[in-house]
Amino acid sequence: MMPAKKYALPAGLILLAFLFPLINGALGVNLMFPVIVVAVYVMLALGLNIVVGFAGLLDLGFVAFYALGAYVVGWFASTHFNEVSFSLFSALPTQGVSGRELPGIHVSFWLLLIGAGAFAALWGVIIGAPTLRLRGDYLAIVTLGFGEIIPRFFVNGDNIFGYNLTNGTIGIKGIDSPGFSFLPDSLRTWQQFGTLDLNPWYYTILVLVLVTIFVNIRLRDSRLGRAWIAVREDETAAAAMGVNTTTTKLWAYALGAVFGGLAGAFYGAFIKSIFPSSFSFNISVLVLCMVILGGMGNIYGVILGAILLQGINFYLLPQANEWVHAIGEALGSPLLASADLPKYNYFLFGILLVTMMLLRPEGIVPNRQRQEEFREEDEALVETVGG
Amino acid sequence: MAPTQEAKAKGTALLDSFKASSWQSRIAMAIVVALLLLLLVQAIKDPGQFVSQLLVGITNGAIIALIALGYTLVYGIVELINFAHGDNFMIGSFVGVTVLSGTFLGLGFFAPIGDESGAAMKIVGVLLALVVAMVLCGLINVGIERVAYKPLRNSPRLAVLITAIGMSFILQNLGLVWKGSSQISFPSLVSDSNALAGITDAISYRWKDIFVVLVTIPLLVGLSYFIQRTRQGKAMRAVAQDKEAAAMMGINVNRTISVAFLLGGILAGASGVMFGLFNGTTVFDLGFRQGLFAFTAAVLGGIGNLTGAVLGGILIGVIGAMNDQYIGVRWTDIVIFTVLILVLVFRPRGLLGDRSAVQGGGGQQ
Repeated sequence: MMPAKKYALPAGLILLAFLFPLINGALGVNLMFPVIVVAVYVMLALGLNIVVGFAGLLDLGFVAFYALGAYVVGWFASTHFNEVSFSLFSALPTQGVSGRELPGIHVSFWLLLIGAGAFAALWGVIIGAPTLRLRGDYLAIVTLGFGEIIPRFFVNGDNIFGYNLTNGTIGIKGIDSPGFSFLPDSLRTWQQFGTLDLNPWYYTILVLVLVTIFVNIRLRDSRLGRAWIAVREDETAAAAMGVNTTTTKLWAYALGAVFGGLAGAFYGAFIKSIFPSSFSFNISVLVLCMVILGGMGNIYGVILGAILLQGINFYLLPQANEWVHAIGEALGSPLLASADLPKYNYFLFGILLVTMMLLRPEGIVPNRQRQEEFREEDEALVETVGG
Repeated sequence: MAPTQEAKAKGTALLDSFKASSWQSRIAMAIVVALLLLLLVQAIKDPGQFVSQLLVGITNGAIIALIALGYTLVYGIVELINFAHGDNFMIGSFVGVTVLSGTFLGLGFFAPIGDESGAAMKIVGVLLALVVAMVLCGLINVGIERVAYKPLRNSPRLAVLITAIGMSFILQNLGLVWKGSSQISFPSLVSDSNALAGITDAISYRWKDIFVVLVTIPLLVGLSYFIQRTRQGKAMRAVAQDKEAAAMMGINVNRTISVAFLLGGILAGASGVMFGLFNGTTVFDLGFRQGLFAFTAAVLGGIGNLTGAVLGGILIGVIGAMNDQYIGVRWTDIVIFTVLILVLVFRPRGLLGDRSAVQGGGGQQ
């Protein structure tokens, strides 16, 4: 009885997610594109949740891994390096229309996913290793520094001792679509994902998200997950009990970065062109907002937070804008009729961060352990300082 | 006899301290020395350009130092990275440009003070802009502390850092809504002709640079006097040392913290107006970059250490200016953020050590 009940809700939700394209088609609401973007952010938020929620290391530069993942796909699945010609299991036909070999490196997206995850993990360790000795807020600033340096490097990377590595602010365009070229022609849209039929994209990101959730749950309940909680609650005590705090923290950075890299790789292939300006500090804060809003350390809370915030950002704000305009026109108020609500979205994020921390630091769906930590420290310190 | 012996002792002490140093600090020293040598080569090649660039760096550094003092004052007392501080600086520059335009909320108070105004009018305008921006930024900083930081004083440190980021976003959006997303130009009230024109043409030291230094020095002297000589300054030093003990001695800790935020805000406001007048433009997201530079400066000097903040600010200004000249403007951000990371990782105490806030620090005088 109990297990059936326990799995009923997740199973129902997964089924719903798999049927979503049909529902979308039946209702004609045309939400495929925003839903795919939301799913990318769910992955990012789950990745950051490992670092911030599980291990308690505030990372303000998470966007760096997202950018690295995207650039891995940009480099190895486009015509960017056009001085060479190399193909590896690519979904593209090896020979171009004119019969000549395609310039640039074209590696299969599925291999690149692994590559992007590994590359991001490597950078997670590189960024994480020097910060291990630092206290919480210093650590946050170091990650912020890295998060700023990496996109700026991509901006300036069009001329590294004369070599064009990243194509600067113009970015990398025309990234290859993923696909399964061995499929029969009846499944044409799956042979090479197109821009008209978004179903293959949707199912790809859905599988990626489900894998992310599964890995997150398994990690949370693993020996490593318990070590993360121990380090988060009291590093000295954890070390005394035999937890290797160095490797524990490095694993948090590396695994968090993997999901950031995967999300970036998918996003790069999906959007087809990547620019350094799409990887700004604001994205780091947006993802952090999702984790905090939903509840640090709680996987379902974080998913909810990502869906809510991205929903507000993409759907509710433009929608509310139109409502306000309509009201303004009805009332004859030019101020309301010409209001520009999306302009205020940083206000929204700022106020959200402040009020969440003031009123409910544990998030909407709190992780019980985390909640007690927030409360406990309050009380203990109130006693010693006495207001 | 005696002096040579002393010198010998000094020599062995130096050798010992070198032997005791870690390989990391040896590498760091080697890199710093190499960079200084490269700079020296440039300096010998074209001394005029080098000195001009050095002077520009010091001016920029003075502006950064004023912001850095705000970070360091607050950190010394409540151990909080006031992330919204850089955006407060941006608001200061916006207030300055608004005051100079003479119009606020559609109400014209006086004719805009611009390039054509008389010399007396220009001086009055600059002073007015400085004072209004300082007062407003000080009050904004105190208000932020009351609303967003005070209720969380006993929470985990990360909670306060997150509200600080939230406040930073709110201020940034305020700037965006107030003045739009494009660059806003300042009237050029301070001449940018070379002050040394009659003496030498090789070195450029503009009136603008002199203006920044002339405004910065009294502020630093005033801050130093306040912290060293006044009752409230003494209270600040006490709270920085030990909050509980200070409270037991009858010091109003909450008021003292507010005063620290007020001082930080005042300096940020002055810095904002000077930045605008010096560079001619300002923009709503200026605070993020400039704030990070200033934070780097504060950490480089030793956070909590006022002298360190000024030294760090000037160093960062000079590093930025040298990089602009000899490596390329587009790499400056990366270089300075790298300095931030390297300092935090290898010497989190900074150059002068993080003496708790104000204790014995004072201005650089």
